[in-house]
Amino acid sequence: MYQFNYKKVETVQEAVNELSANPESKILAGGMTIIPTMKQRLASPEQLIDIRNIEELNFIREESNNIIIGSTTNHFTVSSSDLIKEKIPSLSMLAEGIGDPHVRNMGTIGGAISNNDPTADYPAACLGLGAKIKTSKRDLTAEEFFVSLFETALEEDEIVISISFPIIKNSFYMKFPNPASRYAMAGVFISKNESDVRVAVTGASENGVFRWNEMEESLSNDWSKSSVENVKLSPEGIMSDIHGSSEYRANLANIMAIRAFEGINE
Amino acid sequence: MSLVELEINGNKVSQDVEDRQLLVHFIRDDLNLTGTHVGCDTSQCGACVVHVDGKAVKSCSMLALQANNSKITTIEGLADGENLHPVQEAFRENHGLQCGFCTPGMIMAAVDIINRNSILDEKTVREELEGNLCRCTGYQNIVKSIIAASEKM
Repeated sequence: MYQFNYKKVETVQEAVNELSANPESKILAGGMTIIPTMKQRLASPEQLIDIRNIEELNFIREESNNIIIGSTTNHFTVSSSDLIKEKIPSLSMLAEGIGDPHVRNMGTIGGAISNNDPTADYPAACLGLGAKIKTSKRDLTAEEFFVSLFETALEEDEIVISISFPIIKNSFYMKFPNPASRYAMAGVFISKNESDVRVAVTGASENGVFRWNEMEESLSNDWSKSSVENVKLSPEGIMSDIHGSSEYRANLANIMAIRAFEGINE
Repeated sequence: MSLVELEINGNKVSQDVEDRQLLVHFIRDDLNLTGTHVGCDTSQCGACVVHVDGKAVKSCSMLALQANNSKITTIEGLADGENLHPVQEAFRENHGLQCGFCTPGMIMAAVDIINRNSILDEKTVREELEGNLCRCTGYQNIVKSIIAASEKM
């Protein structure tokens, strides 16, 4: 790992000030991506700003039919929260499937979405449930927040404060984990809120997480298994690497969609 | 350099570390507690698992400074003098190790698994061991050891 300065901050304002003062800084939340990346010398920020102990960012609460999760809340806390298990069980299940228990004790929801890894799970839940993301500057929809591969709408001196998920019980997430890395090779999140159907796909696209419009239309017109089976994801723009061709991944997304649909209706 | 102050296996430690020092290297090289192992460079193997404030974490993926003011338990902190911890005893009785390299991480993970789950079955143990790799045992006796220990704890 290259040399850097470590700075622990206690408030959001302090974190933002540090980011503005030193544009070569990076935020350290749980560190489950940035530290391994820095160990490989794939990243070399001049300063890490540790926000893990900012108390105002570590919370889970219910507010006007939404579950709001503070950005430094770790995956274990989300997966074991009784409130989330009751209100949005799919979100609890998704958090339980991230990494391994030791990673879940450190990794945070804010870090996961700010990194916007194309194989990460949380971005699918954000798009699939229609979450709102509150930052230190503004409120964004999930669609506005996720821009492309490892790219979000966050500006250099902007950090995520919280994520607000509408309570939609009729939702489910299914992923196909790579047998070695356990990252999603394709993951599909489906939610149904009265007539509003959302389908988000992670792990597959060259541009990161996306809403699968064709599938949404098909399911909005007719909420049935055959509606899911009739839609096939085009392999165009789908990632192709040693783990699988774009055709293979597109087919995985089709299968995960069927399983996620079945998960809702079980 | 920055000052790190923490408690490890009941002993208070106060020392200057490089900002980039990983917790695992602090534990092994500065504190000479070499029971915690480094088995990979990619945060996957779990040989470095220790407990920070009661939670199992990979000490290879955490900075020593992130552990400032925390309480750490390593494999050296489990036994009570000459008496092995029930999980250590169960690994010995059930032949839960062969070469032993992954064992410190396995045992620290196992203690965490048992603390969080009142009833343990084989499926749960196997899922919970997602972050710990063993290249010798095929996991059979590790799973057996953890279930045996959970029944005694």
